[in-house]
Amino acid sequence: MTGKSRPGTFRQILIAGALALALAAPWLVSDYRLFQLTQVCVLAIAMLGLNLLTGWCGQISLGHGAFFALGAYLSAWFMQQAGIPDWLTLPGCAALCFTAGWLFGLPAARLEGLYLALASFALAVAVPQLCKHPVLSAWTGGSNGLVLNAVEAPALWPLSAEHWTYALALCTLLAAMGLTHRLVRGQLGLAMRALRDHPTAASTIGINSARLKAQIFGVSAMFAGIAGALSAITVRYVGPDSFDMFLSISLLVGIVVGGLASIPGSVAGALFVQFVPHTAEQISREAAWAIYGACLLIALWVAPGGLAGLVRRMGDSRGARTTG
Amino acid sequence: MSTDIFLHQLFAGLTAGAIYASLAVALVMVWRSTHHLNFAQGEMAMFSTYVALALIEAGLGYWSAFAATLGLSFLASVAIERLIVAPVARSQPLATVIVFVALLAIFHSLASWLFTPVLREFPSPFPAGTLPGFPYLSGHAAGVVALTLLELAAVWLFFRFTRLGLAMRAVAQNPVSSRLVGIPAARMLALGWGLAGALGACAGMMIAPIIYLDPNMMAGVLLYGFAATLLGGIANPWGAAAGGLIVGLLDSLVGAWLIGPELKLSFALTLIVAVLLVRPAGLFARAQRSRV
Repeated sequence: MTGKSRPGTFRQILIAGALALALAAPWLVSDYRLFQLTQVCVLAIAMLGLNLLTGWCGQISLGHGAFFALGAYLSAWFMQQAGIPDWLTLPGCAALCFTAGWLFGLPAARLEGLYLALASFALAVAVPQLCKHPVLSAWTGGSNGLVLNAVEAPALWPLSAEHWTYALALCTLLAAMGLTHRLVRGQLGLAMRALRDHPTAASTIGINSARLKAQIFGVSAMFAGIAGALSAITVRYVGPDSFDMFLSISLLVGIVVGGLASIPGSVAGALFVQFVPHTAEQISREAAWAIYGACLLIALWVAPGGLAGLVRRMGDSRGARTTG
Repeated sequence: MSTDIFLHQLFAGLTAGAIYASLAVALVMVWRSTHHLNFAQGEMAMFSTYVALALIEAGLGYWSAFAATLGLSFLASVAIERLIVAPVARSQPLATVIVFVALLAIFHSLASWLFTPVLREFPSPFPAGTLPGFPYLSGHAAGVVALTLLELAAVWLFFRFTRLGLAMRAVAQNPVSSRLVGIPAARMLALGWGLAGALGACAGMMIAPIIYLDPNMMAGVLLYGFAATLLGGIANPWGAAAGGLIVGLLDSLVGAWLIGPELKLSFALTLIVAVLLVRPAGLFARAQRSRV
């Protein structure tokens, strides 16, 4: 029994430590670092969404940047045109992005494996051009994008505006992690894994795969959209060229390097995507993507569970050693 | 006047279509040999085109640089297949997609890193200006169409009349049986990849004089290549070549009259999704049945 509880304790210590660090961060780091950590929260939410679809459910999407963009534009529009306070735009964005994802998922769910990857890849490539279209430019600001006014924290907020956006992003991330945990632990999670590991077997035991795929697509797009909205709220700029194919790819990089089908893995992936290229860019600005690519290959060959898998193995071996 | 514009658009579409056909045949080649969609084919072609430019700037003549680039692209693609793709060939689709996305990122990054990431002019080997007595087709466009036809004919002759081509078709159709009759299947797969790399490089060098060379050059072209491949039936090179021409023409005409140039990529997206949903086997193929 102790052999089982030890890795559990190791895990709990890790989670408690990470949570404490995340909560203490505003008083430990500079405003710039805090902004970067806010972006980590934003990316982690989007990666949780992609992980639900790709990691747990086995459906490959190379186009989640599109839903990220949708959330960002919607939130910017709500804030700028409708004058809604930033945090109140999140529920609206979530609902609309869920609907968009579900609608895209209905036909896309009929596509198998590679074909879904292809359709979503096409979506990712097409998005920046679509945002620049003259008909949409009243809402999207065309190629110039939308520049938003500086952040205003609610009147009752005692700390600075940077702290406010960080708190907002962190709370949303924790909520997203909680929701993901509930989804993948229950019956739905089993159905998702069955669909990933053996689609035919899944349908013989009564799983309606098309409906399940569309629903998960919706939830996954909702997460991406919320992340996009938070990105608009924190960066204060929404432009078509920030939503190119490489945004979608960086989300995939994050979940593969961080860990497929893993909640902490999604956060680790966000840390990786945010900080590793920043360090690499000091060598050469263009080197970042080569490092992403190399890390993808390394993750695939050496650590199929990603960073989360490595930590889990470390915990297991510690547990095994202490019980002898 | 309007017929004039129409003919201009028609021939522009034909030229683009020839290039899409070239890339589509490359994609089919990879699909037939390893059942993968090579998302990195466009970036590999873009990188090859940069290599060609570097060779030309180093003082090589156009056609020797062209031939050298085809050779180098062939060898590099064979190496990529052997070293990076083959180890994951039989894994889940996710693993193969990850490999191709990694290759895409690496080639994109290398191109910007090694060569300056600004718009570059790329020379055309064909005469400048329009054809004498035929104002709708520029010298380059006519050359592109002719070269593509030549290339497709060469591919056809290779597959139809050589032992090697026959062996490659056998491996694509039934890898196990062909291994049993002594065909080195793994080598055939790598050869398919090599040919795809060379065809892609050719497409890159042909389109670069039209849209200028930069690291983002091929993303849109690749999308059209995929649309063409799907339209023609993903395992059918002739279908893909025809698909390329259809996509080029449709895109040019629809872009000019119906939706404007701003929605061209969305048009490709719609085409891809529509073909996948309505006629996944392509226009020219009978639906494949698979045993459960």
